[in-house]
Amino acid sequence: MSDLTLHAGAPGAALTAREYHLAHDPHPENGTSLGFWLYLMSDCLIFAALFATYGVLGRSYAAGPSGADLFDLKLVAINTAFLLLSSITFGFAMLRKQLNDVKGTLLWLAVTGLFGLCFLALELYEFHHLIEQGAGPQRSAFLSAFFTLVGTHGLHVTFGLVWLVVLMIQIGQRGLIHENQRRLMCLSMFWHFLDVVWIGVFTFVYLMGVL
Amino acid sequence: MAPHDMTHDPHHDGHHGDTGPHSSFSGYMTGFVLSIVLTAIPFWLVMAKVITERNTAVLVLGAFAVVQILVHMVCFLHMNGKVEGGWTLLSTIFTVVFVAIAIAGTLWVMYQMNAHMMPEHPRQPAAAVSGMGS
Amino acid sequence: MMHEPILLWTFIAVTLGGLAVLGLLTRYRLWGPLWRDWFCSIDHKKIGIMYMVLGIVMLLRGFADAVMMRLQQSMAFGDSMGYLPPHHYDQIFTAHGVIMIFFVAMPMVTGLMNYLVPLQIGARDVAFPFLNNFSFWMTTAGGVLVMVSLFLGEFSTSGWLALSNLGAQDPGVGLDYYIWSLQIAGVGTTLSGINLIVTIVKMRAPGMSLMKMPVFTWTSLCTNALIVASFPVLTAALVLMTLDRYVGTNFFTNDLGGNAMLYVNLIWIWGHPEVYILILPCFGIFSEVVATYCGKRLFGYTSMVYATVVITILSYIVWLHHFFTMGSGASVNAFFGITTMIISIPTGAKIFNWLFTMYKGRIRFELPMMWTVAFMVTFAIGGMTGVLLAVPPADFVLHNSLFLIAHFHNVIIGGVLFGLFAGMNYWFPKAFGFKLDRTWGLRSFWLWVVGFYVAFMPLYVLGLMGVTRRANHFEDTSLQIWFQVAAFGAFLIALGIACFLIQIGVSILKREQLRDHTGDPWQGRTLEWATSSPPPDYNFAFTPVVHEIDAWWDMKKHGYRRPLTGFQAIHMPANTAAGVVISAISLVLGFALIWHMWLLAAVCFAGLLLSAIVHTFNYQRDFHIPAEEVAATENARTQLLASHV
Repeated sequence: MSDLTLHAGAPGAALTAREYHLAHDPHPENGTSLGFWLYLMSDCLIFAALFATYGVLGRSYAAGPSGADLFDLKLVAINTAFLLLSSITFGFAMLRKQLNDVKGTLLWLAVTGLFGLCFLALELYEFHHLIEQGAGPQRSAFLSAFFTLVGTHGLHVTFGLVWLVVLMIQIGQRGLIHENQRRLMCLSMFWHFLDVVWIGVFTFVYLMGVL
Repeated sequence: MAPHDMTHDPHHDGHHGDTGPHSSFSGYMTGFVLSIVLTAIPFWLVMAKVITERNTAVLVLGAFAVVQILVHMVCFLHMNGKVEGGWTLLSTIFTVVFVAIAIAGTLWVMYQMNAHMMPEHPRQPAAAVSGMGS
Repeated sequence: MMHEPILLWTFIAVTLGGLAVLGLLTRYRLWGPLWRDWFCSIDHKKIGIMYMVLGIVMLLRGFADAVMMRLQQSMAFGDSMGYLPPHHYDQIFTAHGVIMIFFVAMPMVTGLMNYLVPLQIGARDVAFPFLNNFSFWMTTAGGVLVMVSLFLGEFSTSGWLALSNLGAQDPGVGLDYYIWSLQIAGVGTTLSGINLIVTIVKMRAPGMSLMKMPVFTWTSLCTNALIVASFPVLTAALVLMTLDRYVGTNFFTNDLGGNAMLYVNLIWIWGHPEVYILILPCFGIFSEVVATYCGKRLFGYTSMVYATVVITILSYIVWLHHFFTMGSGASVNAFFGITTMIISIPTGAKIFNWLFTMYKGRIRFELPMMWTVAFMVTFAIGGMTGVLLAVPPADFVLHNSLFLIAHFHNVIIGGVLFGLFAGMNYWFPKAFGFKLDRTWGLRSFWLWVVGFYVAFMPLYVLGLMGVTRRANHFEDTSLQIWFQVAAFGAFLIALGIACFLIQIGVSILKREQLRDHTGDPWQGRTLEWATSSPPPDYNFAFTPVVHEIDAWWDMKKHGYRRPLTGFQAIHMPANTAAGVVISAISLVLGFALIWHMWLLAAVCFAGLLLSAIVHTFNYQRDFHIPAEEVAATENARTQLLASHV
């Protein structure tokens, strides 16, 4: 079929013959996982800039309320629990995916989505409550930094949920084909990454904020 | 000649490693339990006001955060030196280093700058300054 | 606009010119091919060429701004106020900087990397071809937004980094044009960075280990790592400024706890890696050019690679040298001053390597080599003034003086621009199948080089005498002669640009005489020269196997013969309109946000989300080039090579 000859050196035949092509064209490895990981690293840097901003401005209360005045740690603990649980349920979805179980995957993805929604709902409630008390993002640099950092994380969760729903539809339509498995892998990375960022948020913003 | 190439396509990227590293139930549960513990302790430390000295508290909380992040990276994100030929680990290390430089550098620069500023003028009381809720 | 004659005439010229272009496209029925084969193309070669076209078009706009400034500064002394009032002048220097960095240098550097990297590593395209197309259109959308600001509203007056508008936000649209054009273009750049890293990591031909990659590929890898690791900080800084302007937050305000200097800090954490993003690919270009035109392997490949990596890492710990005077104190300034001086060392190592490559080589002074020699001299001077500026006490005198302006133009023009000209002259035959005309190229070269020195050396003198940047009028008439000399230099450069454009035109007219039939007109050393000029869509009929550095040179040395049979069908990605569509919606979204058209903005945002989601439902994004077609293309090339031996 493929007539591949060795290309021996013609003039100057003292140099040994070298193979410059393979018999079958190698297909390059898929780069989606690595590419998505690199995107997550860039996202990490956006958060780093926001954390740095919070680090600088986090005590600039402008004679207004501080973290100690405002933060309800019980609420934050519940929200942390929601997010952590959603991470584990996503893990369960991935385990189901490995066994090629479409229904199981979709079920656990749905549970993950529900936990994510609870997280967002509670966060929106918290923001609303703060704004009502006059502690909105315009009140001080500390609050600007707080709302932006936590809000950016929340926006990421929101986009993750939209993505989750779309992917659930796509898996429902085409099953766990390769492309969908790749996308699930990317969403999984995204979701766990958001939980990693949240660790930073609850530690440096909330817990240290009340000290 | 040509057709056989096309039928390979759905499986072309079907090398097992392509759909990601292998997850296991035990891996996830270990991560989950560790995360619960590593979250509960810091919350308890702060809510029960266990550590009195602020700087110590900051260090301890920071340490817990770092450990839990590592747990997430290993157990949930399957980070190791072999995935993707070591490039995910390399890019993560690079990012962590850069994050550390950016945050530490910013804090140092801004702290020094503020320290070198002229002392503040006496301020009006908060109520006059706030301007909210009018 | 009616009371601004300059704007009015520009508008008329642009409209007429634009209509002419549209007319020609219609007359020659080029709309179809333009859309199908270029705008929707995911071929890295076409996208690379489109980036270069964008860069060259924006160069004309950015240079027009420069000419206007030089003219104003040569006239406005004492009682004469010149022709540009401060408000207009401020927009011009802002637009000049923004355009030159974001819409000339970045696209052109990206364009070259896009074109060359897959070819140099023996791949068929980049890792994410659709993202590549999308990145290009997002960059273009940003550029369009800047151009629109010329006629609708106004542009920012705060300089290319928007430093001076902090504290109390100016509510005009100018700064918003700035913000949104950069944010949109920034998305494109960041994605392109990810794309090229994965391409280099994953798609190298078998046998091409990292230490066998061409140096240009190495510099591309480091450049794109810098992009991915720095652009997010720009994004964040601009978001914070946007929030201050749109929502009333207090990040950079003067009261309620804000700190404007935090913005300066954040923006320069991005800003310093950015200049290395511009220069590193050009260092790669010079390495390729020197090796080729000296007929020798590059001296010190390993040290070149290490120097590049070291520069990449060190570029993250020097950023404060841009604001020594902001008041962080002696310890901080000393640290960053030292790191800044250290970073000149690996760069110096590179210059030595190029010189050692030239030593005892058989040097051919083709245009790329001439640009390279001009670079080495010019960049060395610029680098030395940089080391001077790195000394904090010196910087306290020279910060924001014309000395600084001269320094960075010295390194950017001498380094980036000369590198781009070297690269264009070098790789033009590969991309288009014919060389660039040498005569007009020489004219362009000499006018640029002489013009540069005449335009910028006076600025060093003025800076040392204490003259500040960004001023549209001066009282001290003894300075005027220096400005007039500089204006003459700008005039020479204008001629140089004209000659460059003529060079392209003449080359197209004379293309049969300048034709490259072999694919390897310069006796190149790297894999891109193994393909025809221009390469076929699929780049390589068979993926090459690499054994040594300078893979193509190795193949030639071993009497390589192209395979004549055994061609297989080739799996290729398909063209798509999704990139154009999503970018167009982003453009309108940006415009709506600038003008506070909230409903339109909401609709666009929804449209954006929807188009992105719809695009993900498209699972059929590839096709195959049949083996017969590959065979036909390759056979045609075989005949071409045979008949031109």
